[in-house]
Amino acid sequence: MQEHLPQHGENGVTTAARNDGFVVFDRVQKSYDGVSLVVKDLNLSIGKGEFLTMLGPSGSGKTTCLMMLAGFETATNGEIRLDGRNINLVPPHKRGIGMVFQNYALFPHMTVGENLAFPLEVRGMGKDEREAKIKRALDMVQMGAFANRRPAQLSGGQQQRIALARALVFDPALVLMDEPLGALDKQLREHMQFEIKHLHESLGITVVYVTHDQGEALTMSDRVAVFNDGKIQQLAPPADLYERPDNSFVAQFIGENNKLPGTIEELSGDKALVRLATGELIDATPVNVTSKGQQTLVSIRPERVEFKPEMMPPGAHMIDATVLEVIYMGDILRVRLRVAGADDFVMKMRNTLGQTKLTPGQNIKIGWHPADARALDLN
Amino acid sequence: MSDATSQLTTADGRPLKAALATAQARARRKAFFLVAPLLLFVLITFILPIGQMLTRSLYHDGFSAVTPNLGQWFAANPEGTEPDEAAFAALAADLAKMKADKTAGEAGTRMNYTVPGTRSLFTSTARGADKLQPPFKEALLAEDKKWGDPIIWASMRAASSPWTTDFYLIATDRQRTADGGIEKVPENERIYLWLFGKTFVLSGLITFICLLLAFPIAHLLATLPMAKANLLMILVLLPFWTSLLVRTTSWIVLLQGQGVVNNILVSLGIVGDDGRLAMIYNQTGTIIVMTHILLPFMVLPLYSVMRTIKPTYARAARSLGATSWTTFRRIYLPLTLPGIGAGALLVFILAVGYYITPALVGGADGQLISNLIQFHMSKSNWSLAAALSGMLLAGVLVLYWLYDRLIGIDKLKLG
Repeated sequence: MQEHLPQHGENGVTTAARNDGFVVFDRVQKSYDGVSLVVKDLNLSIGKGEFLTMLGPSGSGKTTCLMMLAGFETATNGEIRLDGRNINLVPPHKRGIGMVFQNYALFPHMTVGENLAFPLEVRGMGKDEREAKIKRALDMVQMGAFANRRPAQLSGGQQQRIALARALVFDPALVLMDEPLGALDKQLREHMQFEIKHLHESLGITVVYVTHDQGEALTMSDRVAVFNDGKIQQLAPPADLYERPDNSFVAQFIGENNKLPGTIEELSGDKALVRLATGELIDATPVNVTSKGQQTLVSIRPERVEFKPEMMPPGAHMIDATVLEVIYMGDILRVRLRVAGADDFVMKMRNTLGQTKLTPGQNIKIGWHPADARALDLN
Repeated sequence: MSDATSQLTTADGRPLKAALATAQARARRKAFFLVAPLLLFVLITFILPIGQMLTRSLYHDGFSAVTPNLGQWFAANPEGTEPDEAAFAALAADLAKMKADKTAGEAGTRMNYTVPGTRSLFTSTARGADKLQPPFKEALLAEDKKWGDPIIWASMRAASSPWTTDFYLIATDRQRTADGGIEKVPENERIYLWLFGKTFVLSGLITFICLLLAFPIAHLLATLPMAKANLLMILVLLPFWTSLLVRTTSWIVLLQGQGVVNNILVSLGIVGDDGRLAMIYNQTGTIIVMTHILLPFMVLPLYSVMRTIKPTYARAARSLGATSWTTFRRIYLPLTLPGIGAGALLVFILAVGYYITPALVGGADGQLISNLIQFHMSKSNWSLAAALSGMLLAGVLVLYWLYDRLIGIDKLKLG
């Protein structure tokens, strides 16, 4: 985010290669009170047909970004472009963006059919065409038989489908979703994740999806933008985000994560040797550390921790650990360990036939592939 | 199916329904005793007076109680029979008894309601009634020619039963004809229906003005941050905490000929000193002051409904392509309908029965039906006052029924 983005040319055409996206946030800033910034210098380019998720804790600025894109908030500075056109001053009803709201926002005084007809009526569409489109949209979400029901007569999941159908019925090229699955139970949520993903694929629409649920973000997205403190912390495909977090915020926010603070002992190319506070040496991949002697936080996923020497690559360091607790979770066993003086190191073991049994109090040695331990900034 | 369910029994063989009833009886008794005081209170202070009022509007024995002989004659002879000697004899006997009991005034007053100007006929004839000699027809006609008037006889027939619709006839500007029919009173004597109409039209107007003023206020209240909304709410509620009399008289101070508003207008040169606006002691005064007094009753139900309307509805409509006007018309307004209905119903019902304000600031043309009801009460014509009140009550109940049909009474929200 540090590189300088070029200004507009004479005729409003930008010259930057990154700015050819379908949706572009160009140096966007947002302040509500004139004192602090909620969104700090946001630069983001979303390709046509992409499924992009804005992920972050509440107050991170992700919803504000979505609202600016939808037109309900104005950018304090910078430019938002949709299909090459600056939409800063375009009112929301002229943007032609479909939107699914957190609590569905289905109009309670209208039937499902009337709800879906609404965007078509305000576009002056004829009755026959309208009915054909409504039927198609309802069939798309498997709710064809519900056109005459009122929203209050539907379950949460059904309302969710109708809200989805309503956002899609007028064929928008871009659909925004503001935590649409937040109010559903876990099972339904997972089911709807797949349905939304399939709709996205079959319709070829661009989706900008806001959530604070990292599982949802990883499952559905082409790319995920992790927000914190008004800034994008990392913008990457889900696998990269999980396996190669850029900084300690992303590492902590996405998935479960063990943190080991230490000092860089040796740094050579893509390998680093880190000395922990208690004196042990561990292997790591340097991510945003630059010099020897620097303080660092090494991040390791619990499922990448090994305790059998034969599974370790040759020459890898192993350190002492004490088993504190073994929690049976069905598919996995969660082992809490004391490592380098801290009591919260977690290792996940697959619950396979003949898996080694660990008992509390037992002393073991653990290690990991250097690529799985990432030496990050100390945040 | 229903047979099977009715034959269900408990484990020890008792019918399930009976067992359930016994089990719940105790809880039901307890609940009843809890609400009993309120029930009694409502019964004594509300149901009974209204019942008594409605009874009075249909029952008046001022005439029938003192004319037993006439009553018998009317009962024996069907409507339209010419009064014969027997009828006049009965009348003479009753008049003589009235003199003895000093009840001629009462009977005359009752007759006076339906045929104005007949009270003196009874009192003067009764004075010499014990000296009347047969044939009574000639004797009575000699006393006063009016005794031959068929209208008098038709009215006496109607008044000879204590149960009467006479007062509803009067309240709807109608009277009896000599042959027992019903006709409208002459045009220059019609006041009640016209005043009912005026009351309803003015109340409708006041309701409409209240709605226009309250809608933006309620919207502001519902959307402002809590601290500011509370401050505004205090301003809205302030009139509630002030005496009705104080509020009304302060409007007099503002609106009268030498009042604040006129003085400002004159000093600004908008109106001349000789052209001061008449804004009080007339219909305008009634409308202005009643609108102000009833405004909170519109704001509160609207506010309570608007507060529950999530802003995402408007946003959803906008994102779906609706202009702000379409969003208001198709989404926001329909969602506030229960509040509009509740507020309008409340303001209208209160306005229709309003009494103090029109009495104080209404002057001659700003009086409403309740002022006339009060007038009749002060003249002790309780039955006519009750009949007018009964009609007002019926009108309000019709409105209530309409509201239930159109919006649904379960949607009534009053803050």
